[in-house]
Amino acid sequence: MSQVNVTINGEQIQAEKGLTILEAARGAGIYIPTLCHHEQLESYGSCRLCVVEIGAGERKKIVASCLYHISEGLVVETETEKINGFRRTILNLLMHRWDNIPAALLEKYAAKSNDRFIDNMTYCILCGLCVRYCHEVKGANVLGFIGRGTIRQVVIFPNQSAKHCATSCPDGMECLNFCPTGVISSQYYGKRPADGQTLPHAHPICINEDINILEVLERVGYV
Amino acid sequence: MARLNSVSDLDALRKDILSRRDPKKTKVSVCSGTGCRAYDSEKVIESLKSGLNTHGLNDKVDLVTTGCHGFCELGPVMVIYPEGIAYFKIKPDDVDEIITGTLSQGKVVDRLLYVDQEGNVQVKEHDIPFYKHQNRVVFGNNQLIDPENIDDYLALDGYQALATCLGSMSPEEVLETVKKANLRGRGGGGFPAGQKWEATRNAPGDVKYVIVNADEGDPGAYMDRSILEGNPHSVLEGMLIGAYAIGCQKGFIYIRQEYPLAVEHLDRAIEQMRELGLLGDNILGTGFDFEISVHRGAGAFVSGESSALMSSIEGKVGEPRPKYIRTSISGVHGCPSDLNNVETWANVPVIINKGVDWFTAIGTEGSKGTKIFSLVGKVNNTGLVEVPMGMKLHDIIFKIGGGIRDGKKFKAVQTGGPSGGVIPENMLDLPVDFDALDKVGSMMGSGGMIVMDEETCMVDVAKYFLEFLADESCGKCVPCREGITQMLHILKMICAGEGQPGDLELLEEVAAMTKECSLCALGQSAPNPVLSSLRYFQAEYEAHVNDKCCPAHVCKDLITYHIDPAKCKGCGKCLRNCAVGAISGTKKEPHIIDLDKCTKCDTCFMVCPPKFSAVTKLSGKESIA
Ligand SMILES: Cc1cc2nc3c(=O)[nH]c(=O)nc-3n(C[C@H](O)[C@H](O)[C@H](O)COP(=O)(O)O)c2cc1C
Ligand code: SF4
Ligand code: SF4
Ligand code: SF4
Ligand code: SF4
Ligand code: FES
Ligand code: FES
Repeated sequence: MSQVNVTINGEQIQAEKGLTILEAARGAGIYIPTLCHHEQLESYGSCRLCVVEIGAGERKKIVASCLYHISEGLVVETETEKINGFRRTILNLLMHRWDNIPAALLEKYAAKSNDRFIDNMTYCILCGLCVRYCHEVKGANVLGFIGRGTIRQVVIFPNQSAKHCATSCPDGMECLNFCPTGVISSQYYGKRPADGQTLPHAHPICINEDINILEVLERVGYV
Repeated sequence: MARLNSVSDLDALRKDILSRRDPKKTKVSVCSGTGCRAYDSEKVIESLKSGLNTHGLNDKVDLVTTGCHGFCELGPVMVIYPEGIAYFKIKPDDVDEIITGTLSQGKVVDRLLYVDQEGNVQVKEHDIPFYKHQNRVVFGNNQLIDPENIDDYLALDGYQALATCLGSMSPEEVLETVKKANLRGRGGGGFPAGQKWEATRNAPGDVKYVIVNADEGDPGAYMDRSILEGNPHSVLEGMLIGAYAIGCQKGFIYIRQEYPLAVEHLDRAIEQMRELGLLGDNILGTGFDFEISVHRGAGAFVSGESSALMSSIEGKVGEPRPKYIRTSISGVHGCPSDLNNVETWANVPVIINKGVDWFTAIGTEGSKGTKIFSLVGKVNNTGLVEVPMGMKLHDIIFKIGGGIRDGKKFKAVQTGGPSGGVIPENMLDLPVDFDALDKVGSMMGSGGMIVMDEETCMVDVAKYFLEFLADESCGKCVPCREGITQMLHILKMICAGEGQPGDLELLEEVAAMTKECSLCALGQSAPNPVLSSLRYFQAEYEAHVNDKCCPAHVCKDLITYHIDPAKCKGCGKCLRNCAVGAISGTKKEPHIIDLDKCTKCDTCFMVCPPKFSAVTKLSGKESIA
């Protein structure tokens, strides 16, 4: 594989052609925050926390590092004042969906909730990690999205679940491990997950918040 | 119809059609577009048909049912050629007089003529200010063509441009021509079409696609619908020329489900092309093969975005996808795909037929040709208008649009659709030009133009557009989904009188992030209505936040209704019309509004006779005084 030269935060780095900026940076030990990225899955570009500045002078531009591929001579800045300001705003906004964002992340970007924002505490940041894991790795398509805009949410398709969950994930719900907020393993989608806790047989649900996940899973014969 | 096996076959067919037509013969063009149909143009056409029959005029008069003429608010619309007499708001009952008067004796039916606000009457279409200042390069043929009859298109040099390209130009020459014409995309971004074609042409791969974007999700815009309904072949011809230049054999038309008439005419047009051998293998015997499939979109605003549209064509969810690799390199099924807007495609045959020099003589340095706008809002004349690029906003609004309704004052114009921006009065000299509009924080977009008068609240306007965008955001990425939600929430609070110091800065902070960090152009442009109104109407925002005052008297929570005792003559009209009984008073004495009961329905304000105008709305400090 051919190598290309890139400059990240002033540091000259050689990395494999075809990598994303994020992969190249991580390979060189440079931190870029992410919430919707996982190395097992295709990049999705939804959280935008990974934005970086590329280019120089007039032609500077902001791109999502998990999606943008490196090329010879690319110049990248990952922690400019502008970028960190955007990350702060993104986290400020997300706090009104997910009020237990890891403290380290909040502190790093001095993010804080703002009482001028309206709360929509679903604890699901719609990062799509669960949906994509189920689809890309398991080929099961048990999970999906419905709705547009603010009412977009993750759903489980019970018929698909009955067909696939037990065979695709015999040792327990693998998608659980991918949820950054832990909401997927709380008993009700949209309820605050207990800190650091996961239910052994819980699953993301559901079009209707009042549906008990365990009941649905029982109905479809999962538990 | 016999298949055309060569360019000369096409020429022969055209000659034959023209030989059977007499340009001096009376031709009645009646609009049967979606707008006029809503005013029962179908019935008018039926009466005309039977009337011409009973009066034995079938041989003397040609009746053409056409697509939109542009002046839909005065529909049903009719033009009688060769004189060019224009009639408006025609009822089936008027038809008899048109036949016995105008068509039989050349007598004009006065009451169907156009009358402007000052009472000036115009007989001829080209004397009517709404039409006079337009330059209808793309749209003009609409009223001469029955969209279901390919002969009408052929009679007006239809498919001549295609024949020229296939018969005597190499694909490279066609590409060069479009590049030299500097045709820029009419669907939103204004990207040079030739450059996009070239990128697609040069991209590696044997299978390539051309696509027509007829999703037209911008509320209030209907130019693409009107072109497809009225002159579908112009778009199809443009598409074929593009396909030839790029080197593809397959095209898609992505059209919204809600355009049944356009779909019908498109399907019919494609069928006719196939019969003539203008589609399929070996078109005009030149070895060029091309196929088209029509794709109906579900009609979400975001599905018009290029990557979402392509996902949708692939049968996937119509959601934008990351696009650092351009769709001209990797589009539908990973193949190089060129996407252009309906109006962009319709310009292509014009450029080939009339030449680069002719085309580039119209417009400005950076924006060539014409642009169709959907002129709506508080102007006297609304409709579809096609103007040369570079025309001043002022001229569009005041010359073509006839100025502001009811003698009110102009306040602002929103161009570029819901994610465009507002432009204030002191910038009305601005030319319509891609770059000039961008520079002031708005955009050309697909050509929406909403005119607002002094009774419009700019905070309310920003809120309105953000409401639309909040519904239409696909919800995939955080900046757009959360950013629009919170900006909208703040705007709602400001309009409700709950604005606080710092709100405007917060709006700016969120807007800047949303603009820079969103995944697709919907999110990237969504802050425009907020940022542009903040930029040009900051004082109005401040009045809302600091003084709890809505200067335009629009925001319900910030106004109260009062009756001016000096003006009220006690006619009692308001009292009788107030649904909640908030008004009291004895006859011929000034009336009073009980503010505790008043629901601010605006009824009394509307019904109080203009000669009294005793009901007033007060806001902020006004109401305290
Ligand atoms: C949210 C969104 C909606 C869009 N809707 C349309 C549309 O309805 N029609 C259209 O032609 N272009 C639309 N566009 C622009 C297209 O993405 C694309 O730029 C255009 O079709 C390219 O054609 P053009 O270069 O000929 O303008 C939209 C873009 C965005 C971001
Ligand atoms: S449930 Fe968890 S993993 Fe799935 S989209 Fe929501 S936050 Fe992401
Ligand atoms: S910017 Fe808006 S419409 Fe575009 S991908 Fe993000 S959420 Fe969807
Ligand atoms: S605004 Fe409506 S409710 Fe209030 S006084 Fe007038 S008519 Fe009655
Ligand atoms: S309608 Fe006007 S003039 Fe008549 S009583 Fe009411 S406020 Fe007075
Ligand atoms: S990690 Fe790149 S957008 Fe989420
Ligand atoms: S639909 Fe008849 S003029 Fe527009």
